[in-house]
Amino acid sequence: MVRYQRWLQAGLFYLLVAIGGSLLPGTYYVTLLNLIGLHIIIVLGLNLLMGYAGQISLGHAAFFGLGAYTSAILTTTYRVDPILSLVAGLLLSGLVAVIVGIPALKLKGYYLAMATLGFGIIVAIALQQMDWLTGGPSGFMGIPPFGILGWQFQTPAAKFFLVWALVGLILCLSLNIVDSRIGRALRAIHDSETAALAMGVDAQRLKLQIFVVSALYAALAGSLLAHTVNFIAPSSFGFMFSIKLVTMVVVGGMASIWGSLLGAAVLTVLPELLAVFHDLEVVIFGLILMVVMIFLPRGLVRGLLDLWEFRRRKQQGG
Amino acid sequence: MSASAMLSLQDVGISFGGLQAVKKVSFQVQAGQIKALIGPNGAGKTTLFNLITGMLRPDHGLISFLDQPIQGLPPFQIAARGISRTFQIVQLFGHMTVLENVMVGRHLRTRAGLLAAALRLPWSRREEAAIRAQSLEWLAFVGLPARADDYAANLPLGHQRLLEIARALATEPKLLLLDEPAAGLDMTETERLKDLIFAIREKGISVLLVEHDMSLTMEVADDIVVLDHGDLLAEGPPRDIQRHPAVIAAYLGRDWER
Repeated sequence: MVRYQRWLQAGLFYLLVAIGGSLLPGTYYVTLLNLIGLHIIIVLGLNLLMGYAGQISLGHAAFFGLGAYTSAILTTTYRVDPILSLVAGLLLSGLVAVIVGIPALKLKGYYLAMATLGFGIIVAIALQQMDWLTGGPSGFMGIPPFGILGWQFQTPAAKFFLVWALVGLILCLSLNIVDSRIGRALRAIHDSETAALAMGVDAQRLKLQIFVVSALYAALAGSLLAHTVNFIAPSSFGFMFSIKLVTMVVVGGMASIWGSLLGAAVLTVLPELLAVFHDLEVVIFGLILMVVMIFLPRGLVRGLLDLWEFRRRKQQGG
Repeated sequence: MSASAMLSLQDVGISFGGLQAVKKVSFQVQAGQIKALIGPNGAGKTTLFNLITGMLRPDHGLISFLDQPIQGLPPFQIAARGISRTFQIVQLFGHMTVLENVMVGRHLRTRAGLLAAALRLPWSRREEAAIRAQSLEWLAFVGLPARADDYAANLPLGHQRLLEIARALATEPKLLLLDEPAAGLDMTETERLKDLIFAIREKGISVLLVEHDMSLTMEVADDIVVLDHGDLLAEGPPRDIQRHPAVIAAYLGRDWER
C-alpha cells in the first residue's frame, strides 16, 4: 500500500511538472521556476543535515559555488563535456566536504556554524580573487548547455524539464533516506547523541555521510545553474546566500521534506514579488520572515497544518 | 580470573579534576548473572557505567568483555560487542515514536546504508520490515505494545524506563546495564520491573544494575558490589551484604554507633 502511494506521489509530481512546463507563458517564469528547482535541491540536502541530523551549516553556498565553477571552468576554459564537468564538480565537492567535514563535525552547535561559516567565506573570497581561474568578479559567460548525443538542452522548456526531472529524483532519494534505517539514526543523533552512540550508531560517520550528501546536492544544483543560466558570477555564492538557504529550511520547516519545497519556493518568489517596493524590499522581506517565525515556529507546512487543525476543532467546538 | 567472567574490571579508575570519582575498582560479572551495584550518592556508580560503555575513558585499569579489552573503544563499538544500557536520566529520542525508538536499537544488527536506503533496494525494504517486526516483539516483551505510535516524550516516566529497556534489548546485548530502572516507578511498576529483569536473564542476557530500591536489589541480584566514594567497599551475595558492617556504616553514616 505504502509502496503504491509512493509511486502515486511521484507520478503526480511529474504530471504537475509536465503540465506546468507546457503551459509556461514566457522565459521569465521558466527562469524563476528553474531557480526554485535549484534552490529546492540544495534545501533538501541542507534539511537532511540540519532538520534531521541536527547539524548546522552556514557554508552551503560554497558547495553550490564549487559545483557551478567546476562546470564553468571545465567547459569554458578546457572544453570538457558539460556532463563530465558535472561529475567532476560532484567529485570535487564530495572530496572537499569530506576534508572540511571530518574536523568540523566534531564541533557542535554554534561552533559548527562558525566553522562552516569560515569555510563558506574562504571559498567565496577564492572565487572572487583567483581571476586567472575563475574570471574574478565578472564571472563566466557563455557556459554551454547540457547535451546528450548532439542534442542540447537549449530551449527554456528543455531546461525546465531537465531541472525539474532532477528535482523529482532528489526528492525521491531524500524521502527514501528519511524513511529508513539511516534516517532514523540521523533523527536519533539529533535527539540524543549519547543514546544514539550507546545504541551502536556511529554518529560521527553518519554525520559526515549526510554532510557529504548535502554537499553533493548543492554541487549538483550549482552545475545545473551554470549549464541552464549559462552565466555565473561569484556574488551568487557568498555568505548571504548560505544564510538564505538556512532561512529556507527553517521557514519551510525543519525535518520536513515537503516543507523544503515550500520554503525554497516562497523565499525565491518573495523577493521578486516585493521588487515593486524598491528600497523597502529588504525591510518587508525581513518583516515577513519575523512574522512567520513568531506565529509558525515549526515552519510553513506544519504551521499551516496546525492552523487548519485549530480552526476545524474550533468550528466543531463552537 | 575465572575463565567464565563475561565482564571483568581490574583496578579501574578515573578522576575529574582533583576528584577521584572511581579509585581502583575490580570486579567481575559472570555469564547469566544478575549483579547489582549499590552505594550512596556520588559513590561512582554511574561513572562506572560510563566507563564500561565507553562514554568515559579510564585513567588506569583494564576493562575486558568476553576476554577482549574494551577500555578506550568508542561507545558504538562497545555496543556492537554486546553491551547495552539504559540511563539514569532517561535519554529517549523524544521526537520519535515509541516504535521508532526501539527500531533505532536494531541499527547495530542491520546494514542498509545510505545508498541502499536512498534507492530503496528490495533487500533493504525486506530488512526494514524485519526491523519493524522485531521491534514490535521487543515492545511486547516489555509490555508496551499499545503505545507503539505515541511520541516517546509523551509517555509517563515508568513507560519511558520500559521503553529504554526495550530499545537496549533490541541491540541484542549479552550484557545489559540498567541505571536505576526503578527510579520514579510506583510499587506495581517496580514489581513488574522485577519480573522483567528475571525474564531478561531467562533469555541468557546478563544484567548489571545500579539501584537505590534496596528491596528490589536484594530480591533480584545474585551478587552485589558496594561502592563508596569511588572505592569498592564490599562484594558478595545479598544476605552477606545486608550484614556487612562497612556497608551499614556507609549507608547509615559513620557516626551511627556513637
